[in-house]
Amino acid sequence: MPDFAFLRRLGGNTVDRLWRLGVASRFFVAILLNSGTALRRYPLTFREIWFSGVLSLVIILVSGLFVGLVLGMQGYEILTRYGSDTALGVMVALSLLRELGPVIAGLLFASRAGSAIAAEIGLMKATEQLKAMDMMAVDPVARVVAPRFWGGVISMPFLAALFSCMGIFGGWLIGVVMIGVDEGVFWSQMQAAVDFRHDVLNGVIKSVVFGVAVSLIAVFEGYDSEPTAEGVSRAITRAVVTSALAILALDFVLTSFMFRESP
Amino acid sequence: MSDDFLIRIENLQFAYDARPVLQGIDMRIPRGGIVAIMGGSGCGKTTLLRCIGGQLKPAGGSIRVHGVTVNNLDQAGIYALRRHMGMLFQFGALFTDLSVFDNVAFPLREHTDLPESLIRDLVLMKLEAVGLRGARDRMPAELSGGMARRVALARAVALDPALIMYDEPFTGLDPISLGIIGQLIRRLNSALGATSIMVTHDIQESLLIVDYIYFIAAGKVVAEGTPDDIRRSDDPFVRQFVRAEADGPAPFHVPSENFAVDLFGADARGMQYA
Amino acid sequence: MKRTTLDLWVGLFVTAGIAALLFLSLKVGGFSSAHMKETYSLSARFDNIGGLKVRGPVKSAGVVVGRVTDIRFDPETYEALVEMRIDARYRFPGDTFASIYTSGLLGDQYIGLEPGGDGKKLVTGDVIVKTQSAVVLEKLVSQFLFDRAAKGQDSK
Repeated sequence: MPDFAFLRRLGGNTVDRLWRLGVASRFFVAILLNSGTALRRYPLTFREIWFSGVLSLVIILVSGLFVGLVLGMQGYEILTRYGSDTALGVMVALSLLRELGPVIAGLLFASRAGSAIAAEIGLMKATEQLKAMDMMAVDPVARVVAPRFWGGVISMPFLAALFSCMGIFGGWLIGVVMIGVDEGVFWSQMQAAVDFRHDVLNGVIKSVVFGVAVSLIAVFEGYDSEPTAEGVSRAITRAVVTSALAILALDFVLTSFMFRESP
Repeated sequence: MSDDFLIRIENLQFAYDARPVLQGIDMRIPRGGIVAIMGGSGCGKTTLLRCIGGQLKPAGGSIRVHGVTVNNLDQAGIYALRRHMGMLFQFGALFTDLSVFDNVAFPLREHTDLPESLIRDLVLMKLEAVGLRGARDRMPAELSGGMARRVALARAVALDPALIMYDEPFTGLDPISLGIIGQLIRRLNSALGATSIMVTHDIQESLLIVDYIYFIAAGKVVAEGTPDDIRRSDDPFVRQFVRAEADGPAPFHVPSENFAVDLFGADARGMQYA
Repeated sequence: MKRTTLDLWVGLFVTAGIAALLFLSLKVGGFSSAHMKETYSLSARFDNIGGLKVRGPVKSAGVVVGRVTDIRFDPETYEALVEMRIDARYRFPGDTFASIYTSGLLGDQYIGLEPGGDGKKLVTGDVIVKTQSAVVLEKLVSQFLFDRAAKGQDSK
């Protein structure tokens, strides 16, 4: 009889994934139901905005600037072939607002803040701090998880917006300051082509969705980790990898909804 | 309810999946006493403690604390009950992102609306009781194991609980710290008028401070008595435990197939006594 | 309330984030111009709209005066029905001429309004009757080629 070990493992993995997805969804609802403490005692959430937002600032700003510089150079190189280098501002702004801003900021956020959140909660679990809290009649979901979740959700759109601003600044540095595209044309073309609702607002919506996804994955992986050193390190890896996949998949779904051409 | 016993446990059963851990435990713990639950590693002592605290739901039997049946309570009821419980975890489980002061203040801040000045007085009182008032600004990472255990003890009694539970309070401590913790447990119990349950396998230290001892093996109570009873006991299991002998009623070997069969295969069955 | 340096950082962070969002909305997105406060809607029928898109600009004398809001196909007349919203500050006469132009050789297409001399002004819901369709490049090229071919045969 042939050994279907591979198939069996595949099936087992799939069931396991689905199971975890179900648990994660239930966890999401539990966070939402237990968010009262995080909002009522807002200093708790403030500390997490500091932890996931302020501490991610440097990497977000620096990366945004570099992405903008590269976009400026590549964009100029391509656009001059068609004699439309005046559209440089448009290109830089649209690619940042619609895609690169939310997506790259989300990926950086996942690797900087998401991993830190998963590590923090995982370690608290491994050292029985969560159990101790539970024994003190303090719900760890309300006291530990929910503030971290909301801190991440609030930080993410701001980080994406700052990333886009730095990127546009980088494109401006290359295009206007170094190459010499006319400054007035750079800005006016950008303003004429970028629509508030269609481009800016949709980008913000994307970043909010990514913020929810990354924060949820991070707190869930931390909370669900095995309470050992190895389990925590695996949870951190999983948090970053799953977040990255979730961002890219969600980006595809959101983009196909948002920027669909009218029939 | 004026009951002489704070905790009554009847025919308690618990299983992890299919593996039975507790198989019919009966226990009564008097108010104001210190009771030790002893047994080898993995005999279900910690599970028993978790059941009393409502962290695990038993499969059968009943646990009554303060006249309330724990296994019938919902989450809110368990939380209400836990406000009268303090628990000291094996390695302290201090919150690593909070200072010693904030760790002890944590239950007070979570459960009371006391002004900060009063919280400060209460925290300093508890820290003074464990002799660590001078370490209030340190972080848990800057404490020795024994000091961390004492801070955790101060935190466990911050709300003046009626019941204090200790999960392996002596594990991994040097003899001096061990003695200090033992004396603290005794002193705090009488000072607070509390009742204490201690899960441990440190027989010598326990005999000095507890009022009553239960021995658990294979999920059942196998022996019980006051420290004097225990010292004088003829029970082979208790003797093995008190004298720390390697083999006895508590088997050295995990139940397994015949060693010869394991080594040489099924053919070896016949040559066993050859 | 006790103040901490952490609060200051969070305050700075949130302020910077809001400033970035404002910058993106106002300076980059041109929020003010894209959202005209008061508008009225007009429609026009075209035989062929070429590559005109929803949200495309409506211009008069080269100035943006409105946006295309909807493009539909009319199955009875086989024409394209284009809805647009015009800034309420600008009123156009009843015999205004609407054409579809292309900005540059290959650029985006837009609707150009050329006012006539009628005293009556267009109001919400009115239909512009005088229209000119988009110039389709392929048609133009093939026409040109046929002309050349015909001329070539004539001269023989």
